[in-house]
Amino acid sequence: MTEHVHRDDFGSRLGMWLFLVTEMVLFGGLFIAYSAMRHRYPMEFHQAGAELNATLGIINTVVLLTSSLTVVLSIVAMQRGDKKRTIGFLSSTLVLGLVFLIIKAFEWSAKFHHGLYPNAPHLATLPPGEQVFFGLYFSMTGLHGLHIVAGMGVLAWVLYMVIQNQVRADRYVHLENAGLYWHLVDVIWIFLLPLFYLAA
Amino acid sequence: MTAQPSFLENTGSRKGILAWILSTDHKRVGLLYLYSMVSFFFVGVTIGVIMRLVQLTTFQHLVTAQTYNALFTLHGVIMIFLFVVPGLPAVFGNFFLPILIGAKDVAFPRLNLASWYFFMIGATLAILSLFTGGGAPDTGWTFYAPFSIKTGTNISLAVFGAFILGFSSMLTGINFITTIHRLRAPGMTWFRMPLMSWALYSTSWIQLLATPILAITLVLVILERFFGIGIFDPAKGGDPLLYQHLFWIYSHPAVYIMILPAMGAISEILPTFCKRPIFGYKAIAYSSMSIAAVGSLVWAHHMFTSGMSNVAQMVFSLLTMIVAVPSAIKVFNWVSTLYKGAIDFQPPLFFALSFIFLFCIGGLTGVMQGALAINIHIHDTYFIVGHFHYVMFGGTGFAFFAALLYWFPKMFGKMYSKKAIYASWFPMFIGFNMLYFGMMILGMMGMPRRYYVHLPQFHWMHVFATVGSWFLALGLLGFFGTLLYAIFKGEKAEDNPWGGVTLEWTIPSPPPLRTSKRFQPSPRAPITSRRRTRRD
Amino acid sequence: MDAHTTSEAQAHPGYGTFIKVWVVLLLLTGTLVGLSHVGQTAAVWGLLTLTPLKAGLVFYFFMHLKYEGPLLKAVVLVTLGTLLIFFALLFSDVAFR
Repeated sequence: MTEHVHRDDFGSRLGMWLFLVTEMVLFGGLFIAYSAMRHRYPMEFHQAGAELNATLGIINTVVLLTSSLTVVLSIVAMQRGDKKRTIGFLSSTLVLGLVFLIIKAFEWSAKFHHGLYPNAPHLATLPPGEQVFFGLYFSMTGLHGLHIVAGMGVLAWVLYMVIQNQVRADRYVHLENAGLYWHLVDVIWIFLLPLFYLAA
Repeated sequence: MTAQPSFLENTGSRKGILAWILSTDHKRVGLLYLYSMVSFFFVGVTIGVIMRLVQLTTFQHLVTAQTYNALFTLHGVIMIFLFVVPGLPAVFGNFFLPILIGAKDVAFPRLNLASWYFFMIGATLAILSLFTGGGAPDTGWTFYAPFSIKTGTNISLAVFGAFILGFSSMLTGINFITTIHRLRAPGMTWFRMPLMSWALYSTSWIQLLATPILAITLVLVILERFFGIGIFDPAKGGDPLLYQHLFWIYSHPAVYIMILPAMGAISEILPTFCKRPIFGYKAIAYSSMSIAAVGSLVWAHHMFTSGMSNVAQMVFSLLTMIVAVPSAIKVFNWVSTLYKGAIDFQPPLFFALSFIFLFCIGGLTGVMQGALAINIHIHDTYFIVGHFHYVMFGGTGFAFFAALLYWFPKMFGKMYSKKAIYASWFPMFIGFNMLYFGMMILGMMGMPRRYYVHLPQFHWMHVFATVGSWFLALGLLGFFGTLLYAIFKGEKAEDNPWGGVTLEWTIPSPPPLRTSKRFQPSPRAPITSRRRTRRD
Repeated sequence: MDAHTTSEAQAHPGYGTFIKVWVVLLLLTGTLVGLSHVGQTAAVWGLLTLTPLKAGLVFYFFMHLKYEGPLLKAVVLVTLGTLLIFFALLFSDVAFR
């Protein structure tokens, strides 16, 4: 279609923010479920939380916070027309996202190794509250992990567009929107860290 | 202005069906929704009629009890997720929202088309779930845990279908909010927008703020079924009541997603046929927003007998009564609009008045159920089913028909036979009341919902209701038959057959593909049907 | 719209701002971890105060809310408010059951 292209960057960002609203509410539902369950089983959550490896959780927090920083710096670089730095910052975000996923994979496999996964025979012997804790832990970190993967996909696509000069200093709303998404994923992790790893 | 080909004829560069299913034009997307939704509607109607036949005991050898469970599940899923939730926003919102506010299209046209695809994919998955896996879902449309996580039927696919449908709904919401914020024509201030736009705006907010809760709940059900995470499973320490809470956090606001755009359409139709501005424009606009706000806070009135705390029961009972206030404000304003109006009696007005009548019955029985003591008596009886159909079918359904009659000449450029519409109204209206008022009486007598068989003392009323369902189906066939005939053989409609003053009536019927150039509403020109002549 | 683009053009913050925010975020994370070793009560209070603060910093600076008009701020506040009300009403059941 050869339509006149109507450009409204603020409109695009508004649309993105509204999409983020749905993401916030999506995870908000999980956080509400978490708090209801934690209210019901305070001691069990305390016990089960001690099973998690807080060090890995903290390292992952630092990784994600840094990746958020590099995204926002890539926007600064873009505003200054510094394509090289933009590409550099974006690539480091992708690398950090990958690091996060690798650490996460180690963490999960350790849990599986200890028989702490849903439907595991060992888990079934634990008190009900701890079973729920691990159910929530895997659902929430799993869903968060999926969002990391999706975010990396979006950032990789934007990186491609930056290289192709489709995203450039005079039109970079795609970069901004992809960044917004990544930051939101980061914010969700900011909440996950104390709820699961530091709860104990 | 020279005659441009209409959007129905002007196919752009594509030909045939591709010109429809790949078109990002908001009018075509609206019609795609219309055709698919009306088809699903008739599937739902057929299932409904079959369910009524089962209650005439002679037909029970045709349908087993398990099939009956599948039928009421499917009837609910189809009617709610495929007809009333997308309902007016997807059809009339897509078609008319940009025109009403003087925009060229919605803010994200490609996203708009994508939302139709999500809708169709979700619908396909929901229908596939009937024939695959362990057989058709049998939980009822509410998918209550723990049954939904234990039953062997194919819940996972049906629930995934509903998840995708939720996506479609959210994308439409994002689109409409952005459109209203960013694309209003110069001079189209917030309080000059037609009330339909206000209704769509508040609906979109509910879609954004409530639908994700349903999405995550359904994801949890799927995870529960595949991996046994145990959040809703009491055997693992989970809480089935938490499921009910999360489910209704979405599903109660969802009834406002269904009814608010219907109210918006009624607020457009009444002033046009009363030849006077709507009474209390701002009150109606604000009441839309307050219904959206308060309506999100009443969900647990579905759970009064579920064993939740007494505090919550009282809180939610109070909030339920409060939400009736803005709805009543609207009804009073509509009736006041009629007062001393120069009423031009036409089919759309006829259906709009039927809406007000049926909605009052549905709404008032709703307040009644908000009272805790009454609720315990009628909980899970046919009374609930009757009430629900009065609001959703008598409300949204009749408003949908009214809106269709009102905008049909604009959408298709053809006029239907008004006599045939009146003729189908009578069986529809009489059958409707026989069926659903019969159900309310049955419920008061103690007939529980979702039962395959019933005690002998309920039989005569079941027969009465079933006969009503035949009249209703007959009326519906007549109604849609008339419109279908009019699409092909109808007389050509004028540009403004009803004397409407909103922007859609200033352009040709059917509208040309590009409508933007025409819209330069000056601040002094009448934009909405509300009173402004004296002030300006 | 024009007013917006011009205001955006003058308001571009530099690298320094964001790096400072990042340092603060790391410090807050450290405090949070430290509090979790002090005791249960301290950990919960840390969770309830520092976590929203961290999220707020990300929203306000990294997500550029500081540099946006009132509409986007309102969108975020409405969302958070809604979630808070959902939470409170759910607890009217959970806490009193």
